[in-house]
Amino acid sequence: MGDANLRAELGSPGRRLGTLARHLGVDYSPASSSLMASHNASEIVTPSPTAGSYGGSVFTNVVQAPEDPILGVTVAYNKDPSPVKVNLGVGAYRTEEGKPLVLNVVRRAEQLLVNDPSHVKEYLPITGLADFNKLSAKLIFGADSPAIQENRVTTVQCLSGTGSLRVGGEFLARHHHEHTIYIPQPTWGNHPKVFTLAGLSVKTYHYYDPTTRGLNFKSLLEDLSKAPRGAIVLLHACAHNPTGVDPTLDQWEQIRLLIRSKGLLPFFDSAYQGFASGNLEADAQSIRMFVADGGECLTAQSYAKNMGLYGERVGALSIVCKSADVAVRVESQLKLVIRPMYSNPPIHGASIVATILKDREMYHEWTVELKAMADRIIRMRQQLFDALRTRGTPGDWSHIIKQIGMFTFTGLNREQVTFMTKEYHIYMTSDGRISMAGLSSKTVPHLADAIHAAVTRIK
Amino acid sequence: MAAISREILKRRGIHRSPVMATIGTRSMASWFGHVEPAAKDPILGVTEAFLADPSPDKVNVGVGAYRDDNGKPVVLECVREAERRIAGNLNMEYLPMGGSIKMIEESLKLAYGEDSELIKEKRIAAVQALSGTGACRLFADFQKRFLPDTQIYIPIPTWANHHNIWRDACVPQRTFRYYHPETRGLDFASMMDDIKNAPNGSFFLLHACAHNPTGVDPSEEQWREISYQFKVKNHFPFFDMAYQGFASGDPNRDAKAIRIFLEDGHLIGCAQSYAKNMGLYGQRVGCLSILCDDELQAVAVKSQLQQLARPMYSNPPVHGALVVSIILGDPELKSLWLKEVKGMADRIIGMRKALRENLEKLGSPLSWEHITNQIGMFCYSGMTPEQVDRLTDEFHIYMTRNGRISMAGVTTGNAGYLANAIHEVTKSS
Repeated sequence: MGDANLRAELGSPGRRLGTLARHLGVDYSPASSSLMASHNASEIVTPSPTAGSYGGSVFTNVVQAPEDPILGVTVAYNKDPSPVKVNLGVGAYRTEEGKPLVLNVVRRAEQLLVNDPSHVKEYLPITGLADFNKLSAKLIFGADSPAIQENRVTTVQCLSGTGSLRVGGEFLARHHHEHTIYIPQPTWGNHPKVFTLAGLSVKTYHYYDPTTRGLNFKSLLEDLSKAPRGAIVLLHACAHNPTGVDPTLDQWEQIRLLIRSKGLLPFFDSAYQGFASGNLEADAQSIRMFVADGGECLTAQSYAKNMGLYGERVGALSIVCKSADVAVRVESQLKLVIRPMYSNPPIHGASIVATILKDREMYHEWTVELKAMADRIIRMRQQLFDALRTRGTPGDWSHIIKQIGMFTFTGLNREQVTFMTKEYHIYMTSDGRISMAGLSSKTVPHLADAIHAAVTRIK
Repeated sequence: MAAISREILKRRGIHRSPVMATIGTRSMASWFGHVEPAAKDPILGVTEAFLADPSPDKVNVGVGAYRDDNGKPVVLECVREAERRIAGNLNMEYLPMGGSIKMIEESLKLAYGEDSELIKEKRIAAVQALSGTGACRLFADFQKRFLPDTQIYIPIPTWANHHNIWRDACVPQRTFRYYHPETRGLDFASMMDDIKNAPNGSFFLLHACAHNPTGVDPSEEQWREISYQFKVKNHFPFFDMAYQGFASGDPNRDAKAIRIFLEDGHLIGCAQSYAKNMGLYGQRVGCLSILCDDELQAVAVKSQLQQLARPMYSNPPVHGALVVSIILGDPELKSLWLKEVKGMADRIIGMRKALRENLEKLGSPLSWEHITNQIGMFCYSGMTPEQVDRLTDEFHIYMTRNGRISMAGVTTGNAGYLANAIHEVTKSS
């Protein structure tokens, strides 16, 4: 803030005006009105309301946005020279060696595309690659899903999970009569912003119970039962981010009954299908339960984690409708949301996904590699849990092995986290969330030491 | 936050669809039963119709994508080579929210000049965007957020999606006169009038080169006058540059308008696209830049652009950005690219000549000078919708009903046929 004021007071505006004057060959003085179409020769030149300063930037008052807290963790980690530092902030998979991973089957698909002379880079349709869309719907809803067979599903390619949520949100803001979306507390930091900019109003429902480090199921049901008819409910399909706490199948069934009886509209965020349990079908159960009852829902799918395609921005938004006729009309309206945003989605990542999903052998290879990633994470959970038990670390740490997916909500408080960063060079977000993907067998002992110290020394 | 979303809907003029009587009955009725079918995109409809036509003579001059002399889409050699280097070698981690630093650096050099002082002074806030559309949309959203009382002046005519972009960003639109139907050239006098009459500090959308859909660009002299008037009025110039290199064959020449404005000290905004000039259409790679007073401000502006990108798609796609970085960052590949882009531009210029000569040879009573006067991918032929319909019905020639011909779809094989058809439908006018 101070810098902006300083800038306004010092050189810039004067410099701009001087430059202008020189270019136009006039004497710069406020009273000179030869520059302006003015009737009154002695009228003073006044800048328009949009000019930050006459001739200067109109964006002078733009202040720097606060840094993203999660990215800030990586920035701090990179700066640390300690050889024992561990980055548990990153929301991307890492191997045992701490390296990013490109799946073998993805490399194969890429080679096929590169070597295919007929593969061009023309614009995709607004709704994206048709094959990709069909295959994505089958992946999440099941190949035998009646909704698909009855053509009641419209699927459009979007930019990963974020893009799918945004496009879905914009569609609902324009065409759904109820503009409130209920999101779990806590949830991924970007969810509220996505839906707000889409034009929805955001409310929360209880989700995480800090005392049990599990699901606050009673309050969840209470909150949703108070939602108005038609309200949208955001549900994490599996591997809740950031807590790793998922409802059981029984609890999902109760949630489904409540949502349907209250006439609420479910919007699933599926960012970890296959990545949570290692099994694609199991991780889609929650969604399929809802589709099986014949009702409507929205689903945002991401291939960032489960296919390691992070930066390619591959995802899909599906809307399951009551009838094929409705689905067609809905799709036509989705195009009107997409076209003024980015015209049509990027081709590369979707081509890779389609190549893999449509080939039986490559699909199988993918499931194997996916399970390996999920298994490694589950192993890390077990190792960390065991290490804490061995050290006799006070407290119940069973949530580490009960929670699922990439993240664990440790239950550590801000002070404890700060301590762990300072004394043990452990980098994680201040809410106590750690990315299990950033752990390896080598670093688990160090993390266990850090947690033990933090819990025993800081309350 | 609720106020923001209500405001967004109000400004977009979105009226809520009527509520169904059956809402509330569990599993009984669709939430979306009232949703109207959206009107089809006029441009895409052309290609659909073309594909459905079985005639062996059919010609598609609606498509806004380059075709070679055999009517086939092209992947540039430099792109194929870049992709060979990418496949198997690099990881696919998230880019930063603002996109690839390397790609941005190279894009700024391309637009602002290799040795631009502005780049050295770090005064340009720039982010990777989803091609030209994404760059325009980010700018429109940014304009809305930080200068909510401003509007945008858009030329008549323009690419149809420009209107959609600023509308969805909730920025009010005005227009300024641009195309002169009688001369099929620039209506410079009216344009200057509109620039002068706009309130001081207005935001203007300018096509840096190869105006879409008319192919009509101001001359260098005219650009200088426009720039001068912009200074007088303190207008904000936002350049949409979708065809750098593709128009004349020379990227520096095609950036002339921008360079003139920069010399005159304007603080411009610029949307760049690599869809056409690198043939990267489906990769969606582009760059949005905003020239600021100083480095501090550029950092602030960039951080805010990122805040707009984050809730839209988090971070931009890496593949296309890698292709651009590799090509522009490697002197050999860059030089190959320059050759290839010139090749594309030259072929189009050649087809303009051929089409015009054919029409003149047929003894057309009309003037077809504008075909070679206009520049870039498109030619605004001046034909009426009825004439265009005849071209489609009688000759299986597909183009948009505003009479816009995509020269990229013209080949030595079909130029004669096209000329003949155009002559047939226009000779009595």
